Amino acid sequence: MSINVDIRLKRASKIYHEGEIVAGLIILQTNSDIKHDGIFLTMEGSVNLQLSSKNVGIFEAFYNSVKPIQLVQYTLDVAPLGKIPSGRIEIPFELPLKPRGSKSLYQTYHGVFVNVQYLIRCDIKRSFLAKDVSKSLEFIVEDKPNPKVEKEQNKIVLFKIMPESLQNARDRANLPSFLISGRLDSLYCNLSEPLTGEVIIEKCEATIKSIELQLVRVETCGCAEGYSRDATEIQNIQIGEGNVCTGIGIPIYMIFPRLFTCPTLSTSNFKVEFEVNLIIVFADDYLVTENFPIVLNRH
Amino acid sequence: MTDIEWVARSVDYGSVKVPFMEEVTDHPLKPVIVTMMDGRSGIKRGALRSTSTGSSTGTPTPIHTPFQVPNPLTDPLLNHSSLDGSDPLTQFAREDLDPLSKMAADEWDYSSNAAAVGKKSKDTMDELVQPWLARRTAILNKYTTSEKLSIVTSFLPGGEKVIVKVQPSGTLVDKVRTRLEQLDDFEEGSVRQMMDLSQQEYTVRIEQLNNELVQAWHSDQRVKALKIAIQCAKLLVDTSVITFYPSKFVLITDILDTFGKLVYERLKRKAEYYKPGSKVPTSLPDNFTPDIVTEVAKEICRNWFYKIASIRELVPRLYVEMAIIKSYRFLTTSEFSTALLRITRMIRGIGNPLIAVYARCYLCRVGLALNQSSDFEFAKENFYDFLAVYGQLFSQSLSYDLNGQSISLHTYLSLYTPALDWIMEVMATTASENLLDEILSRSKQQANSGLLLNSILATFKPAYIAARSMEFVNLIAGCEDDGFPQYLLYRSLGECLVEEAPPKNDCRPVLNTVWQYVLGLKDPAKFMHCSEIWIQFTVIHFSMHELNLFLGEVISHLSPNRAFEHYYSQLQTIVEKIVAHTQDFESLLTMENFLPLIDLFHKESIKVEVCKTVIEGFSTQSGPITDPIIISALMFISRIMHDSVSALTVDDEKRQIGNLICGLVQRVDYGRDFEKQLSFYAEARAAFPNLDSVHIQLVQCVNRLSVDTRKIVRGHHTRRTSAFVRACAAFCFITIPSLTLVHTRLQLYLLSGQVALLNQCLGQADACFKAALSLVPEMPKTIDIDGRQKSSEPYLVSYLSNFLSTLLVVPDSPEHGVLYLMRGLLNAVQRCFEQNATTKFYLYLRVLDLLSTVTQETYPYHVDKVDSNDKLYGSDKKFIGEVNKICSKVLEEILNHLKYLGSTDQLDKQSALAFELFDRIITRADLQDSALATIAVNLWNLSHRHGSIDPKLSIPTIHYITRRSHQPHFADILRKIKK
Repeated sequence: MSINVDIRLKRASKIYHEGEIVAGLIILQTNSDIKHDGIFLTMEGSVNLQLSSKNVGIFEAFYNSVKPIQLVQYTLDVAPLGKIPSGRIEIPFELPLKPRGSKSLYQTYHGVFVNVQYLIRCDIKRSFLAKDVSKSLEFIVEDKPNPKVEKEQNKIVLFKIMPESLQNARDRANLPSFLISGRLDSLYCNLSEPLTGEVIIEKCEATIKSIELQLVRVETCGCAEGYSRDATEIQNIQIGEGNVCTGIGIPIYMIFPRLFTCPTLSTSNFKVEFEVNLIIVFADDYLVTENFPIVLNRH
Repeated sequence: MTDIEWVARSVDYGSVKVPFMEEVTDHPLKPVIVTMMDGRSGIKRGALRSTSTGSSTGTPTPIHTPFQVPNPLTDPLLNHSSLDGSDPLTQFAREDLDPLSKMAADEWDYSSNAAAVGKKSKDTMDELVQPWLARRTAILNKYTTSEKLSIVTSFLPGGEKVIVKVQPSGTLVDKVRTRLEQLDDFEEGSVRQMMDLSQQEYTVRIEQLNNELVQAWHSDQRVKALKIAIQCAKLLVDTSVITFYPSKFVLITDILDTFGKLVYERLKRKAEYYKPGSKVPTSLPDNFTPDIVTEVAKEICRNWFYKIASIRELVPRLYVEMAIIKSYRFLTTSEFSTALLRITRMIRGIGNPLIAVYARCYLCRVGLALNQSSDFEFAKENFYDFLAVYGQLFSQSLSYDLNGQSISLHTYLSLYTPALDWIMEVMATTASENLLDEILSRSKQQANSGLLLNSILATFKPAYIAARSMEFVNLIAGCEDDGFPQYLLYRSLGECLVEEAPPKNDCRPVLNTVWQYVLGLKDPAKFMHCSEIWIQFTVIHFSMHELNLFLGEVISHLSPNRAFEHYYSQLQTIVEKIVAHTQDFESLLTMENFLPLIDLFHKESIKVEVCKTVIEGFSTQSGPITDPIIISALMFISRIMHDSVSALTVDDEKRQIGNLICGLVQRVDYGRDFEKQLSFYAEARAAFPNLDSVHIQLVQCVNRLSVDTRKIVRGHHTRRTSAFVRACAAFCFITIPSLTLVHTRLQLYLLSGQVALLNQCLGQADACFKAALSLVPEMPKTIDIDGRQKSSEPYLVSYLSNFLSTLLVVPDSPEHGVLYLMRGLLNAVQRCFEQNATTKFYLYLRVLDLLSTVTQETYPYHVDKVDSNDKLYGSDKKFIGEVNKICSKVLEEILNHLKYLGSTDQLDKQSALAFELFDRIITRADLQDSALATIAVNLWNLSHRHGSIDPKLSIPTIHYITRRSHQPHFADILRKIKK
């Protein structure tokens, strides 16, 4: 009496753009005939927001979770009440990916406090004696590459880190002397391309243990009580290991992870922004950080 | 029957017709001899052609070519396909690989599936990738440690638990983050650190990890496989036991190679596509392009790279990406060169220059295996990047670290060699000469360039270096005291110049400079390291004079404190090289310092090896040796070899030494001075008492000498020559008893006797024959032929038959009775064969043959200037009667045996023997004697009683009798046997 439901998309990458048609198959597999009260296919897209317990109290965080914002939501009847014959059945489907009303589709994004997620769900309704069967599949929505994005913003950013440039150093006198220069090729980054640049240890008195790139998301959620803004790490990539040779350009190179990044978003209810930290860790575990806010986009 | 008397028939040998004989062009055994072209192919030539099924276990299905007629000479066994001439082991070897190594090859051979982009590039790759496998073992053998190692891993049982510190990153438990970190961090608590591993244990563990990875992969746990790969790569960050690092690199990159190959193979399988019109998926062609790769495969591939890009730590990230870099092929065509260059740059981020250089080495390895036709730009970039950090190797902080680990700078630098050599080699084989010049000049600019020079010398084509030999000499001279030992550089240079000759004019200045340097080396180890190579150079390019000087230096450097004891292997190579390259052995052996050099070897076994080398080298030349000094030098060397032979020496060794000495003995030639020659042989006999083979050789040589003497005097011996040949005979006679093997003694006695007879030394000949006869009973029942025990009877029969033929011409000694030797032989036969051995009676048949010939008026053959019995007795009736008496006795023996055979029911044997005897009587005996005629008829009947006689034999016999039936007694017999 078991039934297996599976959803397969035609595109292996599962990446779709607004206005495209999501095509695929529903695969039903049973070893005996099964009665049902109808098969339905739902496309759903929503933004889920959660308040951080840091900004509001734990209880508020628990109760006041902000209502999800629906981006897409519709349901199709695949089959009316009837019987599924035993064996394997493939039902092809095509669903247009269109936003609800005047809303626009955001890119798929998995964060801590903000989640943008798109699903296709297949439900088989059964009589009250048997359980309903349901299967959902996430697919990914990406913005279409937008070539118009400000080209002039592709400017190289040069930086220099030295004891004098540090903002929150408590005891400047104890700092070892160092000079670290470098560049980022652009602060306006294309999601499909890596973040690139170069860092040069010009001179450094102390021994360096590690040079790291930290990718940070800054999520802001607004609600009735105000808003919360949280920065959390997405990934940390080491680019220099051990006491790096001075005077030689070490490439900065980081591929943006999929799902966990999206174009920088700013809406009335929430914001998703990204930053990159260049961290130099010294042998005595002291570290120097330089922060670069970056704008992600797809172009 | 006892009263049958033998009466021999007289034969006129002039009228005996020699049967028509056809000249033979082919050896009768030839079709049986299988010519093996090659152990693998097993193709046969010749008349027989049977196709092999190729497998020793396959059904034998011989297919004969139609023209083949049953050939009585072909061995029936040969028609069996599994016995087609190659031995079964070869056949196994022919099935290209045994399954185990096949599997291993499938798994590990990184390059085998590399697609051919262009033939040229494939060639370069082949000639380069192969060396890596060779290097692999060399590195593993060279870089070892006795220190304790440790592995941190979560995939091996055992070891103590380590608590992994997870940096708290905020109060909120971040599920997503942990999920991400799973890739480079492992499950908490399961990480174990294994301490105090010896090198062997470490290797075993790594091997286990490798198996674990393959197993995980095949059981669909790909993430686990990736984790293992990452963990392994992480081990490369640890340089705590630095002297082991190169070996560790080799072990771990093996695992990474496996991983890369697994990923690539899986993607390739995933990328099976449907050709238009076909429903069966086709696998990708070897030279596929990304546009025919399916979307699914591309997506999986992309996923791999995304996953790897998020590995936190730099070194594992780089290594794992390099391991699967080949899979970029599924995505784009252009990615390779950019990826290679990008990784090249990213390696700059590795602070420890040793780790960095090995990462570069691995990059060059995978880059090469990609088979990109010509783009080796990255190798150059890697090298220049290395140059950029080169100064770090000599920095203060590093030397401080080294002191902490108590490692000398030289040892530390030598750790770089394998990696640097590899990078250089990739460049050197692919780059143009201009680029090499550029590299050279950039290397020159570096301070302390010794290490670089060493790699250049090791990897650049010797021709390139030879052309600039002086420049290199100067460069090396400038490398004093920069951490990398100069003597190693000189040695490397020497290796190049030995392989490729420098311009003629440069040879002398090069040698002079090096000479000065080498002389100054006080440490015998360094001195030997250099001289080993440079002596070769001297041998090749200079005269014996320089070599002599050099050898003198070697001896004087090694003599103090018996230093030579530690350098036997180097000294041995020196001797080998000298021998291999010398044309003029005479001057080598007469050289002042050569024999003293050999004297340096005080260890018996090595000394013998060295002597063998010298003699072997000498044996490659041919031509007589005449110079007494050389002869005495060679005798000196040979004696060393000989003296090593003891009771414990294995046979093979004895044979080898024996052969070498025999070769020498054969070549020594004093020309017409025969006496001196003989005294040399006597001397040799005294010098080599332990080797039978040499003694045999000596006996043969002396016999030849004796025959040569006879040739010169054309048989007319003067007093002097006859004294000399008697001396020769005496030499043989007293040498032979010292041999151990009875049958060689027998053979040599016979030979020496024959030679003595030829030289009219009757007494000596008699003595030899007598000695031989008294030795016959000592012949062991079995003899060892090619390691198998065989009965000695057939050998003895043929030997005695030969002996009998010789006896015909040996005149009777006046001191003994008629046919004294013949009687002796019969006695010996009586004693050495068993009572009823059939062979004995066949031998008797031959005795009958001989004796009937003895009675003839003139013998069919004679020895020049020796009167045989026919002349001595002149067919005296008494003599003939005596002989016939012996015949009768022999005949009686045979008849008795026939009876015995009849009584013991050995009927086949009986009829065969009876038939043989019948033949003898028909041909040899006088059938006018009616008793003999009756016997003949009886024998015929006996032989045909059981019908086991082949008509092929009996019909010609009848023909023979018929042809003779004009004589009444033959006609009589014919009538009787036809009844």
